[in-house]
Amino acid sequence: MGSSNGHFRTLKTNRGAYWLAIAMLGVLVAAGYAAAHAMETEGHWITGMNNQVVWGLPHVFAIFLIVSASGALNVASLSSVFGHPEYGPWARLSGLLAICLLVGGLIVLVLDLGRPERLVVAMTHYNFRSIFAWNIFLYTGFLLVVAVYLWTQFQRNLSEWTGRVGLLAFAWRFVLTSGTGAIFGFLVARQFYDAAILIPMFIVLSLLLGSAIFLLVSVLLGRWFEDGPGADFVVRLGRLMGIFIAAELFLVAAFHLTNLYAAEHHGVERFILLGGGAITALFWGGQVIVGALLPLGLLFLMPAGRLVGGVVAAAMLAIVGGLAQLYVVIIGGQSYPLVLFPGKRVTSSFHDGEAASYLPATPEWLLGVGGVALALLLVLLAIRVLPFLPDNRHFRSPA
Amino acid sequence: MILRLAVTGLGAIMAVAAALADPPELPRGRGDACVAPTDVMRREHMDFLLHQRDRTVHEGIRTARFSLSGCVDCHVQQNVDGSYIPVDAPEQFCDTCHRYASVKLDCFECHATTPSTGLSALAPGARDFAGILSFGGGPRPRPAGE
Amino acid sequence: MTASCSRDHPDRGRRRLLAGAAGLAALGGGGFSIVELARAKDDDEAVSSLVRWGLLIDTARCATGCDACVTACDTEHNLEDLGRPLTDAQWIRKVDLEDTETGHVTSLPMLCQHCEHPPCVDVCPTGASFRREDGIVLVDKHTCIGCRYCVMACPYKARSFIHEALHNQRPWSPRGKGTVESCNLCVHRVDKGRIPACVEACATDGGDAMLFGDISDPDSEIATQLRAGPSTQVRADLGLNTGVRYRNL
Repeated sequence: MGSSNGHFRTLKTNRGAYWLAIAMLGVLVAAGYAAAHAMETEGHWITGMNNQVVWGLPHVFAIFLIVSASGALNVASLSSVFGHPEYGPWARLSGLLAICLLVGGLIVLVLDLGRPERLVVAMTHYNFRSIFAWNIFLYTGFLLVVAVYLWTQFQRNLSEWTGRVGLLAFAWRFVLTSGTGAIFGFLVARQFYDAAILIPMFIVLSLLLGSAIFLLVSVLLGRWFEDGPGADFVVRLGRLMGIFIAAELFLVAAFHLTNLYAAEHHGVERFILLGGGAITALFWGGQVIVGALLPLGLLFLMPAGRLVGGVVAAAMLAIVGGLAQLYVVIIGGQSYPLVLFPGKRVTSSFHDGEAASYLPATPEWLLGVGGVALALLLVLLAIRVLPFLPDNRHFRSPA
Repeated sequence: MILRLAVTGLGAIMAVAAALADPPELPRGRGDACVAPTDVMRREHMDFLLHQRDRTVHEGIRTARFSLSGCVDCHVQQNVDGSYIPVDAPEQFCDTCHRYASVKLDCFECHATTPSTGLSALAPGARDFAGILSFGGGPRPRPAGE
Repeated sequence: MTASCSRDHPDRGRRRLLAGAAGLAALGGGGFSIVELARAKDDDEAVSSLVRWGLLIDTARCATGCDACVTACDTEHNLEDLGRPLTDAQWIRKVDLEDTETGHVTSLPMLCQHCEHPPCVDVCPTGASFRREDGIVLVDKHTCIGCRYCVMACPYKARSFIHEALHNQRPWSPRGKGTVESCNLCVHRVDKGRIPACVEACATDGGDAMLFGDISDPDSEIATQLRAGPSTQVRADLGLNTGVRYRNL
């Protein structure tokens, strides 16, 4: 009981690397909690956030984890919704990653609140005109749906339900990521937001980040502990990730080109694309080159023999690029001043008319990284307790 | 189920213990009597305040009876030099009982802990709507800066 | 700071009151209805949607460098200077606009515009941001969780998040760490029949550029003024129907 469930197994490694990873992640989680505690007792002035940039690095990490959670379910969806049985052996890990990443993201989001102890207020008072209020249900509902989805995979007598629950989970993912993109899409007043294209941009970003994180986690599990996915699987999922990267690049290009056509948006585009300092550097260097062009090159130009390494490198770059993209959207979008009086040069004591400066402080880094560490820690512990991993003695490389 | 029983049991024990233990001595408030009998206030002040709070914030109802600033005005203590001691300070009215009952009090993270007197020039009260009638009503000196 | 705009008419306020009374007398029957609506509501009376409080700000009377309204607001609500300009709260601020083509400079106070359709209220997940029946947009700090989505949504940069513990709050203006706040149109004064502190200060120490009143009462001074001359909503393109209007903008 426990060690294997059909063709699945628990992680049984006792190598030092496993316990070292657990310990290191534990330290990061504790540091994140300490940072959140300091932010709550001292107030947010100890962070780099201010009244110009009210959402800082914690939101970048939280939204990164949330959209990645939705995307991490790709592998399970491919297996039970799109009928690709070769992904089936990894469906359980896919569901587990989805849950853990979402939990990590939500905790960062909650601990960054000005009043995190009032979470119960958020759970009892709802304003349904707010996409945030909807997201509370979308996020908690997603956890529930994926948990049920996993349950149907674990219980052999429920396996006939896997397809149906998988379809529900698949639909839920799209709504969830749409809701997350809509947080920005619904901000009518900001020059860089208020665009419906943010919703598909977030959806595709979620697909690509989820694939990248799944690839990285599954390959590293195999390399460091026990056998991971076969080369065929890695290359296949890597190519899929490449398509998502190309699609995201296309949407980003469409977004900026549309903005560039409208004189109204010239100011914000000049800020992001040319004069925004760190934001501009992160856009071109992080989002476009590291996040898209380099991984696309690795995925589609690498000789077949070295493709697995190329996929892993591409996945890492895509994650860096995704973080850069979220930073550009969240921080860059706020840094550009609100345009209250078009055609006027505006000055005030409240920094009207000037680009905001924002430099993330240590507590924000610790909180954000702590959320990622929590997600990974939960994964490492869960795969030891329940049979989430495929037993390679039963699953041979399908090709 | 067991947990619920345990919690209920613990609550009952604590209630009995609380009844047996001597309640703390509280500093006396101003005036003859509170807005309600002491035993009612002791049990229900938080409900009165909650109710009043929503009516004031959302409906603008500003009756004095259960207003928090009314509590502060009566129950605040003064130093010998006449200065006010914050009502949530240790040993003061709110703190004494809340400490005894182990109930965290966060009203005063936002609300004033001393009365408005001393700020009377700012305090609300005077009715000066007549002032709104005067804008633009005829020629008037321009500000020096214009 | 306010020296540039203080005026050498110490008894102006009194004269204005008298002028107001004279105006009432002259208006006769019309004046009666002004008095009716100008009365303060009773303390136990809930605010009504028959009233919509608003401001008309004449930028031609608002001098560059005058910050009488800002000082009055800071004093009224004790918006202390905590020495951190990036995180200190500002409910009302002076904004100077220079036309990039003509070089003409306009100065005006910017504050919560008390929209009929406020984006901050739409996005607030808990309903802590709300619009009172009489049009004043407020934050119920008891249910504000400090998510700051309203700060993201406000087109006017009118909101501040409280980044640190506060002390010495005014009894009529509770404020605290971890919640969002903005101009409340001095709701504690309005409920007692008084005008907002900024408007009062502008009349006595500034250029008398601000008019407060009930814009849904056709006989009120503000409604009369709004009807008589052109006025502007900032970012009218958003269709928010602001309660604060500007003239000569």
